Amino acid sequence: MSGYDFDVIQRSWVYLFRDGMTFTLTLTALAMLGGIFFGTLLAMMRLSKFNLLSLVSGSYVNLMRSLPLVLVIFWFFFLVPYIGAWIIGAKDPVRVGSFLSALITFTMFEAAYYCEIMRAGIQSVARGQVWAGYALGLDYWQTMARIVLPQAFRNMLPVLLTQTIILFQDTSLVYVISATDFLGAASKVANRDYRLVEMYTFVAVVYFVISFGLSTLVRQLQGKIAVIR
Amino acid sequence: MNYHWDWGILLSPEPGGTGTYLYYLFIGLGWTLATALAAWVIALSIGSVVGTLRTTPHLWVVRLGNAYVELFRNIPLIVQMFLWFFVVPELLPKGLGDWIKQVPPPWGSYIPAVLCLGLYTSVRVAEQVKAGIQSLSRGQGMAGTALGLTLGQTYRFVLLPMAFRIMLPPLTSEFMNVIKNSSVALTIGLLELTGRARAMQEFSFRVFEAFTAATVIYLMTNLLVVFAMRALEKKVRVPGLISASATAGGH
Repeated sequence: MSGYDFDVIQRSWVYLFRDGMTFTLTLTALAMLGGIFFGTLLAMMRLSKFNLLSLVSGSYVNLMRSLPLVLVIFWFFFLVPYIGAWIIGAKDPVRVGSFLSALITFTMFEAAYYCEIMRAGIQSVARGQVWAGYALGLDYWQTMARIVLPQAFRNMLPVLLTQTIILFQDTSLVYVISATDFLGAASKVANRDYRLVEMYTFVAVVYFVISFGLSTLVRQLQGKIAVIR
Repeated sequence: MNYHWDWGILLSPEPGGTGTYLYYLFIGLGWTLATALAAWVIALSIGSVVGTLRTTPHLWVVRLGNAYVELFRNIPLIVQMFLWFFVVPELLPKGLGDWIKQVPPPWGSYIPAVLCLGLYTSVRVAEQVKAGIQSLSRGQGMAGTALGLTLGQTYRFVLLPMAFRIMLPPLTSEFMNVIKNSSVALTIGLLELTGRARAMQEFSFRVFEAFTAATVIYLMTNLLVVFAMRALEKKVRVPGLISASATAGGH
């Protein structure tokens, strides 16, 4: 086929990065922070001695891990307006923007995956450390916050970051709720100018460069922070 | 919450006239499984070859295998779907490309979806195969060489039969990932289970009934796969090993 028009990228890259990539990166960063926060709580619940807490957390994590992300995105896209209405006591579902909806979805979905990582991280800390904490008179929360979790985070940092690269790639699925992330923005330009080949190739190259660069960095980090035992 | 459930919707006819909405969703499950199984065949064959090649002592073969893995692992699945569906037909010779665009639905979306998902999953299988082979003790390969087997024979008769039996649990979770990932094919117009739940929601305005039904169907499918694979794992377990159940990340 002749007649590629790579000028379309030159014409639209400001829009692609200023609107699209900003959406993607903000969503990735916030969902990572939220996901790790809730994931850690879920992991603590799952390892708790109270059976009920561990059952609730385990069921939630298994449910999320059994469902396709696309279906979960649809679920939250329609569910969040109802939950919002229930929280503020409104009669009708509230309007929620696609960014907030996507943020809630990815935070809740990724929390299940981060939970499994943090669970492995917490379990990798020697039991004697916990006993030492209790022996010093610390309570559960102090032992967790000052002794167990810092070590768990350090042990699991490369895995947490790898999961974040997966999250970064997964955010492109917000396409299904017509959000303007990097892929969504490119898709809009592609369909407007009928330049699908050029735009989607460009999108693939950009995702590849970022993901490959980040995973190379994670590999280097892995060598650097490995604890010598 | 202010939502009025109406489960009767599942038994009322869908506008396409094929039957009830429930039947419509189960046909979707059929497409999900047909996509996942076909992609799994591709993934397992290519993944085994690439994964094995990456453990050989030939430096350039290993590098080529690594490049293949990095290429498919660092581009989001949905972008790869778009490449197969929108871009590949344009890059082929004009006659062939035009012929591909004429393929009637659902095959016009099914074939690119299977190719895309198959290659995408093949690199994850390749990672598991490589890890499986590397988990064997080095002595096994050396014993093969000592017996006078060629490199190919060592893989064929010593390493691979062991590695595949060890790899079964991680491969199970990869298979479940293929089933889940096949939902991304809805973006190129394949009406699989999630796509049909979405369509049902648009036709009937029964949002949560549609998605609850799809959720339950996915959960039941997962349970079936888990039970079937447990039985298989028991059958092929290597005597004398602590059978570890591994869980793979990603989705």
